[in-house]
Amino acid sequence: MILLIEQILNGLQLGVTLFLLASGLTLIFGIMGVINLAHGSLYMVGAYAMAFVAMKTGSFALAFPAGVIAAGVVGIGVEYLVVRHLYARDHLDQVLATFGLILFFNQAIILVFGRQPVFVQIPESLSGSVQLLPGLKYSLYRLVMIGVGLASAVGLYWLITKTRLGMLIRAGASNRDMVRALGVKIGGLFTLVFGVGAMLAGLAGVMAGPILSVQVGMGEQVLILTFVVVVIGGVGSVRGAFLGALTVGMVDTMLRAFLPGMLREMMTGPSADAMSAGLSAMGVYVLMAIVLLVRPHGSAGAHG
Amino acid sequence: MAETNINLAAGARSWRWQTAVLIGLVLLLAALPLLANMLGMPSLISLATRIVILAIAASSLNLALGYAGLISFGHAAWYGIGAYVVGILYRHFVSGEALLGLPIGSDQLLITLPAAMLITGLCSGLIGALALRTSGVQFIMITLAFAQMIFFFFVALKAYGGDDGLIIRRRNELPFVDLRENENFYWLSLLIAVVWILLLSRIVQSRFGAVLTGIRQSEPRMAALGIATYPYKLVAFILSGMGCGLAGALMANHARFVSPDMMHWTQSGEFMIMVILGGAGTLLGPAAGAAMLILLEMQLGAVTEHWQIILGPLLVLMILFWRGGLSGLWRQMMGTRHD
Repeated sequence: MILLIEQILNGLQLGVTLFLLASGLTLIFGIMGVINLAHGSLYMVGAYAMAFVAMKTGSFALAFPAGVIAAGVVGIGVEYLVVRHLYARDHLDQVLATFGLILFFNQAIILVFGRQPVFVQIPESLSGSVQLLPGLKYSLYRLVMIGVGLASAVGLYWLITKTRLGMLIRAGASNRDMVRALGVKIGGLFTLVFGVGAMLAGLAGVMAGPILSVQVGMGEQVLILTFVVVVIGGVGSVRGAFLGALTVGMVDTMLRAFLPGMLREMMTGPSADAMSAGLSAMGVYVLMAIVLLVRPHGSAGAHG
Repeated sequence: MAETNINLAAGARSWRWQTAVLIGLVLLLAALPLLANMLGMPSLISLATRIVILAIAASSLNLALGYAGLISFGHAAWYGIGAYVVGILYRHFVSGEALLGLPIGSDQLLITLPAAMLITGLCSGLIGALALRTSGVQFIMITLAFAQMIFFFFVALKAYGGDDGLIIRRRNELPFVDLRENENFYWLSLLIAVVWILLLSRIVQSRFGAVLTGIRQSEPRMAALGIATYPYKLVAFILSGMGCGLAGALMANHARFVSPDMMHWTQSGEFMIMVILGGAGTLLGPAAGAAMLILLEMQLGAVTEHWQIILGPLLVLMILFWRGGLSGLWRQMMGTRHD
């Protein structure tokens, strides 16, 4: 039981990380019609910027905002230099151009930081654990992560449903040309949304930094999982992204935690371990296949 | 269409020209090993073999991507599965173990290549049937995700080397031809590539191909004409998967090595780049694109180990400013247009 609660919390933590990425990706797609493969690179940029500032200054109070801001600045630069010119292009051009960006970012990071993973300690003030239930201690840092992720989700919900900017975002998602015809400077809105998406991706990278190793390629691994989230949740829907992210986070964590034990009861030897590692890595994709069979357009319709 | 009629006479003239140029090109490619040996650069043969094999994969992807407009970001999976079929069959041939109770195992190319195509056909049929339930950007994401799933499957497949892959000690055997000679293997790959591309050209020119082009241009229009588009898309996806499987099987023989790296998602990206560099929806464009990308990578690799930092922005610039790819350039040179 204790183990189950712990794994649920772990699943929640992966889920909010995926949500931070998926919400940006799906907003950018919903409003600008751009599929941005380099979204994972922004996650990586955030993590590396955080690691760099933490190493130089030793202060996480500086490092965390630095990572988020770096991702935002790089994101806006990418929008200005490349993505802006892709709005009118088809998805194929967008995919290939942003694929080129991934090659560039990965190699640039290797050039600056090398191929070795960078390890960042969990900040001292957050390094302890909390007694949640009798017998259940849980890492304070991970709890804070879940809290920040959920707070961002609430903040995003407020931004989209209650503010003027959110109104424009929703309007842009349902009819871009009409918004432009009504006199909204849509170029600025696009840059802003891209910047917000980039900062959310950076935030995810910053928070994941201390519990994962910061390394080249971290962006693509999580990007592909994010795609699964977006397919399950429905493209263009932030609410769908939230549900999809939590589902994928939970399913992935549960399979990794409990599948090996279950398989070991059924069969013996090292083959069970190897097989369960493979099966649990494949689990979320099978989930995606099932969702597709039942609801080809994802659990929530577009613009939800 | 009107443009085509006006250009008919010029088109017929240039058609003869193009055929002559193509035959010359194939003869030149066939003579390449002799030239390489004469120049004392036998490593060129291996490079050329790689390009010819990747040209098969790129041309196959082009059927789905260029003609039918199905933007698959997962074709490296079929390439890798084709290679693994060769690797696994060879492994069982050497060890003599049964696979699922069947005495499977072969080192005969005439068995392994069709087997690779059959199995990739089945796999791409299964995944394609699911993925084609979506369209547009979801289709891109889902093909990428399923390919990643297959990648993880082979990484976890410890019985066949897992992460480390499989070594194939000897190339497959073919009656009367010694494939261990690099020249012979090159000629075989070239022959298969020419036959496969001719076959693709027949497919594209058939009614089936016309429907595919129609689907790319406007799927609702095709549906309004009373054509159920799903089976057409699925068949195109399967054929294109089988072609990539064929290329993978040849590559496994060429490199005598198979590993999950062959189905890494960046490989899928490279296939797409080849198609776009050469020109999507043209017959020979993807093959030219494969040659261009491999040579470009090699040249940049000679300059710096961090060649991707140059290739990435180069790719962005090409997408932004150089539309139509190599075949667009070719068409400008020949003064014709065709779609």
